[in-house]
Amino acid sequence: MKIICNLLFLSLSLLSAQADWLCFRGSAGNGSSDLSIPAKLKITGQKSWAQDIPGRGLSSPIVIGDTIYLTASSGPYQEDLHILAYSSIDGLQQWQRTFKATGRTVCHKKTCVAASTLASDEKVIIAQFSSNDIFCLDLAGNLKWVRGLTFDHPNIANGLGMSSSPVIVNGVAIAQVENDADSFTFGLDLTNGITVWKKQRPKSANWTSPVIMTKKGQALVGLQSKEGMTAIEPRTGETVWEYQEGASTIPSSAWAEQGIILVPSNGITALQLDDNLQNFRQIWEDNKLKPGTGSPSCHRGSLYVINNANVLSCASVKTGKIKWRLRLKGPISSSPLITEEHLYVFSENGLGQVVNLLSEKPEVIHTVDLDATILCSPAITQNAILVRSDNKLWKLSN
Amino acid sequence: MQNKKDIFGSFLLAEVRNLIKEYKMKVYFFFFTWIVSQVLADYEKKIVEAFSKVSAHGEGNTKAVQAMDWSDQLRPDSIPSLLHAMNQANPVGDNWIRGAIAKIIHSSDTLSFPEDQVKAFIEDKKNQGSSRRAAFEILRRSRPAAAMSLLSSFLTDPEPSLRREAIDVILEDAENSSLQKQAVLLFQKALKNARDVDQIQEASEALKSRGQEINLVTLLGFKTKWDMLGPFDNTERKGFNQAYEPESEAHRKDSYQGKKSQIQWSSFSSSDRLGLLDINKHYGELKEVVAYAKTSFYSAKNQKVQFRLGSKNAWKIWVNQELLFARDEYHRGGTRVDQFLIDGTLQKGENQILLKICQNEQTQPWTKNWEFCFRVTDSSGQVIEEVSTD
Repeated sequence: MKIICNLLFLSLSLLSAQADWLCFRGSAGNGSSDLSIPAKLKITGQKSWAQDIPGRGLSSPIVIGDTIYLTASSGPYQEDLHILAYSSIDGLQQWQRTFKATGRTVCHKKTCVAASTLASDEKVIIAQFSSNDIFCLDLAGNLKWVRGLTFDHPNIANGLGMSSSPVIVNGVAIAQVENDADSFTFGLDLTNGITVWKKQRPKSANWTSPVIMTKKGQALVGLQSKEGMTAIEPRTGETVWEYQEGASTIPSSAWAEQGIILVPSNGITALQLDDNLQNFRQIWEDNKLKPGTGSPSCHRGSLYVINNANVLSCASVKTGKIKWRLRLKGPISSSPLITEEHLYVFSENGLGQVVNLLSEKPEVIHTVDLDATILCSPAITQNAILVRSDNKLWKLSN
Repeated sequence: MQNKKDIFGSFLLAEVRNLIKEYKMKVYFFFFTWIVSQVLADYEKKIVEAFSKVSAHGEGNTKAVQAMDWSDQLRPDSIPSLLHAMNQANPVGDNWIRGAIAKIIHSSDTLSFPEDQVKAFIEDKKNQGSSRRAAFEILRRSRPAAAMSLLSSFLTDPEPSLRREAIDVILEDAENSSLQKQAVLLFQKALKNARDVDQIQEASEALKSRGQEINLVTLLGFKTKWDMLGPFDNTERKGFNQAYEPESEAHRKDSYQGKKSQIQWSSFSSSDRLGLLDINKHYGELKEVVAYAKTSFYSAKNQKVQFRLGSKNAWKIWVNQELLFARDEYHRGGTRVDQFLIDGTLQKGENQILLKICQNEQTQPWTKNWEFCFRVTDSSGQVIEEVSTD
């Protein structure tokens, strides 16, 4: 009986984990999901809803169970930092917590202080803001701990705003706070926020997010910068290996299930990691796959990249061979979301475009116009996708 | 008769016993309440202490995490104590306290919110401005009407974020006024009391459209007359950390070795409406260069001030030979008034202010700016008037 209960619990946990969307570009860290989402998304669908939110933001929602978590910022200087929870069923707000920025809040007008997406281990959520304030809350909204990294290091700031999203690995919250002046990546103890390690990083503005690379129960974290990619051990911050051929400072890398990290470097450069993640070898690079602002996504052996001319390219993860291209309506800042059958992406003008990936000649099979500025990358929940603007959160289903 | 006596005696005995029992209950209840209140007071004290002692680099986090767990025990009547703790806490400690107060409010009924005490805390200007602001936000969420009733009292508040709330109301009233004379009076009132630059600009532009020109340089106290020395070399951005002679000298020399030739101090001033000093106008559009800007500020007394600098170039600031802050970043966004607020002190009499403004190697059109604007205020944004040197 006990074994059956355990198996049942394990199955439910796996189902739950599969359904949850725990950080920037999802739990797999590459914008993909095994969930099936309808193509014909509608604003007025039976399960669709829209909810006003109390501030600006281009962070993506995350999902744990039936709850959506999100950040926003408001106030004349964007100094009010909001962490929000909504029911995914009906969109009703479950709680709101508001804190005050202790670091600089000056940003380019296109972005704002709530640019980084939350990260969760399904027990707590970590919120990072452009002011470099970091909060850890439990799922009921109770504050566990807080850090003010600009309070500690007054020169950690970027005049255009910061946007890197944190990750959680092995009990450590990892936050890249990299810019032209003081530039660091921090590993913070998930239980109390105390610095486990602090790593000096290249002095250069960097908006990319760390990416988790996992294989056979082991995990490394890839830190991208203009110098390339540094793989670190998450508990110590120690460098395991470095790829030093330079990389983009805007789109982030994507981790493919084949043990390949796809780095926005010279277009895209694919690094194959060995089984224990301790070494890599470059297997291909292609400058025709250069991503624009959005990060590359991958799923089931295919890589998807949208360039600055809004052309979506699909290529093989293993070989880099381009399979097809499709021009989308842009401009596009967000990263695409991929399921078994479809690719979903939003233009800055709020046009959601759904691409059928299963047909021989992929094409846009459905559009939905939100008539709002959309800069965030969509998230996924059961039978629906989630997307936010500066003042609204949508759940879009059929 | 005997039986009646016995019955009466038994009745008396029972009554006495009941009284003792009731008395005991009251005593027990009193002691129980007293113990609970002592335990809660002890919790409250420990929680307040833990949050007040949170320091930089996560110091104090372990105790604060424990205190946050204890805060489950607190009731809404602890909110005023927590607000008072903000007076001692730093901005990170303030956020811990915000978290604890949110937890208390979330777990208690709305009727128990200590509205009067929170209002009194806001009204007491001896409390820190940031603490009063936090109290106002808590009041606004729990008792919106009570918070709104305070707005007009913030017009001259030393806390700029509260003052801003009152100015917002006046600006809105002025915009909505159908009477030209009344609108002008309201915009003038806003202009007189506002501290935030965007509100000052809004009021001054509204007055300008109604025929009243406002001198923003004077109103905002921009320093527009400087002595300049440059260009020094900033090839590969190395000039930022290169201590050229003006950084250490007590007295000016007649001439210095610049990037390409001998250079001298020269006067430079601006007539820009927001006090912007465009260094390119003084030296031509140069790249990979450093310029120093020097001025004197005559203060009526020793006082704490904010030096408010705007620049999209890398910069350093010294006041009376003390380096206050340095920022090694180029062209990430535009130059803004009050972009950087640097706390410092002025001594009575003359104060030497030295700025180092660096230009890098980038060639894109948006990287040609080499500029700054500068003013001195108190922490509320009130311009510090210079004393006459006559």
